[in-house]
Amino acid sequence: MASVMPAPSKSRLLLSGNEAVARAVWEAGCHVAAAYPGTPSTEMLEVISTYPDIYAEWSVNEKVSLEVAIGAAFAGSRAFCAMKHVGMNVASDALMTLTLTGVIGGLVIAIADDVGLSSSQNEQDSRFWGRFAHVPVFEPSDSQEAYEMTKLAFDFSEKHQVPVILRMTTRINHVKGLVTVGERIARPNTGGFKKDPARWVMTPAGAGKRIPLMFERDGALKAESEQSPLNVVESGRDARVGFVTSGPAYMHVKESFPDAPVLKLGLSCPVPVEKVRAFAATVDKLVVVEEVEPLVETELKAAGIACHGKDILPKQGELAPNVLKPAIAKLLGEPVPENLAQPAPVFPRPPTMCVACPHLGVYYTLSQIKNLTISGDIGCYTLGAGHPWNALDTTISMGAAMGIALGLDKGRGEADKDKRILAVIGDSTFLHMGMQGLLDIVYNRGNVTVLLLDNRAVGMTGGQPDPGSGRNIYGEPAPRVDFAKLVEALGVKKERIHVVDPYQLPVLFKTIREEIKIPEVSVIITDRPCVLIDDYKKQKPYEVIDEKCTGCGNCVEVGCPAIHVTRREKAIKPSGKEVELQFVRIETAVCTGCGLCVQPCAPEAIVHAEPRRPMRLVKH
Amino acid sequence: MSEQNVTNILVVGIGGQGVMTATEILAQAAIALGHDVKKTEVAGMAQRGGVVSSHLRFGPKVLSPQIMPGTADLLVAFEAAEGLRWCHMLKPGGLVLLNTAHIVPPVVDIGLYQYPDDPIGEIKARGYQVHAFDAMAIALELGDVRLGNTVMLGAMADHLPFPAEALLDAILQRFAAKKPQMVELNRKAFEAGRAAEKSASRAESAEPVPAQ
Ligand SMILES: Cc1ncc(C[n+]2csc(CCOP(=O)(O)OP(=O)(O)O)c2C)c(N)n1
Ligand code: SF4
Ligand code: SF4
Repeated sequence: MASVMPAPSKSRLLLSGNEAVARAVWEAGCHVAAAYPGTPSTEMLEVISTYPDIYAEWSVNEKVSLEVAIGAAFAGSRAFCAMKHVGMNVASDALMTLTLTGVIGGLVIAIADDVGLSSSQNEQDSRFWGRFAHVPVFEPSDSQEAYEMTKLAFDFSEKHQVPVILRMTTRINHVKGLVTVGERIARPNTGGFKKDPARWVMTPAGAGKRIPLMFERDGALKAESEQSPLNVVESGRDARVGFVTSGPAYMHVKESFPDAPVLKLGLSCPVPVEKVRAFAATVDKLVVVEEVEPLVETELKAAGIACHGKDILPKQGELAPNVLKPAIAKLLGEPVPENLAQPAPVFPRPPTMCVACPHLGVYYTLSQIKNLTISGDIGCYTLGAGHPWNALDTTISMGAAMGIALGLDKGRGEADKDKRILAVIGDSTFLHMGMQGLLDIVYNRGNVTVLLLDNRAVGMTGGQPDPGSGRNIYGEPAPRVDFAKLVEALGVKKERIHVVDPYQLPVLFKTIREEIKIPEVSVIITDRPCVLIDDYKKQKPYEVIDEKCTGCGNCVEVGCPAIHVTRREKAIKPSGKEVELQFVRIETAVCTGCGLCVQPCAPEAIVHAEPRRPMRLVKH
Repeated sequence: MSEQNVTNILVVGIGGQGVMTATEILAQAAIALGHDVKKTEVAGMAQRGGVVSSHLRFGPKVLSPQIMPGTADLLVAFEAAEGLRWCHMLKPGGLVLLNTAHIVPPVVDIGLYQYPDDPIGEIKARGYQVHAFDAMAIALELGDVRLGNTVMLGAMADHLPFPAEALLDAILQRFAAKKPQMVELNRKAFEAGRAAEKSASRAESAEPVPAQ
């Protein structure tokens, strides 16, 4: 994105948590910011890239993004890195040793937990990393706090030479609130990198000497936490229940129990145990309200502080007022508020692929081929598991399509003797973590056909560029990886590599059919862009000639959301079999003329739409 | 308004309809009048035809960003079935401003689910009021479907705890900055939405009287 004039200091802006963090990162004089996209964290880097005087990049995966940030922090610059919760699983190898070296320039790692599972493959609690890696965790509870804590986190990181985790959740990242912004303080890096192998080269001997220093730091962090103004008691006149809480749950507690005493944890790891102990003495019952796992609760109990927590509250999802109020009423033996009106049963609207998505033809084709087990991966193409294709059988984690396919091959049971194993993976996912898996398939002579869906973008998270796009985060030209050469270099035979246009259904069908028969690894690369990006060019739209449509429903199987069934009829085939006919129309206003649905239409009922003047629906 | 003088407005629809932009403009109007504001949405995969529900809360001080079931002061539905899906969020007897458009998802097209026969009737049967109008047709009449968003905002104008002009100002300011050539059209769309809602409201209050 191009840089824009940042709003002046003292402006009061309506910002999402992500935008607030981005502003703070810029104000803090941070030099390097790196991330791999992932909902709900993506906008942090997108917005940072619009600020001047800071280097921003999309990295190929979260581990690399953290390593870039680490290098910058070693060099003495302030550095920032953002990822979704599962990203830290990938980056953690670096984190677990980074905690031994520590940093010179402040390093803040924002982790976005998708509490409530709006768009993730799991729900996990990133506060664990604070305990596991012995690093402090800050937890903002709205945009203003996200902004302030990010700035504080940089100072804190430098003071203790430790990376700081900023734990956010979807309800912070994507909620907009008012933020009063400040001035940027430039921090020219005059010192530079200081050679110090005992600190920066983590050999067993070196690490052995750093571990006691980490424990020493634990003590200092604990003392900070006990005194920190981020951990604050807010008194209340109804002391029947006192709450210990953090993050968005704090707002829900205040909303639900305005008169209750609250100990708000802003610096929530390490837990200020003595502060909590003193607070507990002032209330009848202590309840810990934390999203997701009972971390603080367990630590308080271990310290001998009696409290409630996950015995009365769920371990999954958000702790909103409609969850908190009945749980506390029950605890107090009060009548539980009556069940409110129930939602009306309405059909679901599961996400669909976009109109004309280049993946449509792939899944249409796969749905026509029998005897396949399809190992899938994470991206828009995961939707291939749904209707109408039902053509994806597994999804675990990014890049896993490769290894799982090999495992399905090597571990095949008697019943699967003749099954063909196919793996489907997107370009960004392949570059993130799939390459190594493909190398493993080649090296160990797996019998897998890989479909590499190169749409030149990270479609799922909104069409961000990746090394397959030819553009960087600023939209500037960047070197573009050549997937055919890359997989050849990994050892796939040249004659087993095919680049095909996913809108050419017969070619796609023939190529897949041939390659699955060959008992070695093949890679079929599709090469048309995601419709979200500029490379995609619309063509002349289509419409259905009503009189010609025979109701065969073939085009419906393509799964394009621009095709709608207008009526259904039962008919008896000459064979005596009853079939359901589906007559269709195309929503011409949104059709981009990709031509996919035209191909399986035998009666040629789908034709280019003639331009019309806009309809006048209302008459005067 | 709730105990803490906070107004809860829930705007719902489908990805791509401009639900989030509408709420953003509404939020800017509330901010201009000195309110504290929080706005949140669950729009996991909005880009891909999913449901979007955007919560706006404003008042002297807003804590939790989420509107709880049974507490919305106003529900604005950009699509009829979405109005039905979310009406339980309203206070008992509350008001739905509803665009009569039916947007049918693929799962209905392929026969897995049914679109409700009479979403408006079902909402009313649950004890809520509905003021319905065809926002898409109004927008097309003005020459651009994208005006639907402003039509919906116009429809809200007389149901807010602040003057309609404050909302109109927020809309026009946004367009003055981004697309000055669209300012006049948006003013028209706003007024058209406001008028359509008024006549829908009149039709509703006339309803119990038997036809003559
Ligand atoms: C470890 C991890 N990081 C990030 C994400 C978020 N994410 C989901 S899919 C995806 C990539 C999708 O891009 P691509 O593979 O090119 O497929 P497309 O969506 O374009 O079809 C990302 C980044 C994730 N699920 N897991
Ligand atoms: S965002 Fe791109 S890849 Fe994803 S469904 Fe849409 S067109 Fe397909
Ligand atoms: S040509 Fe068919 S498949 Fe392609 S966008 Fe139009 S309706 Fe969809």
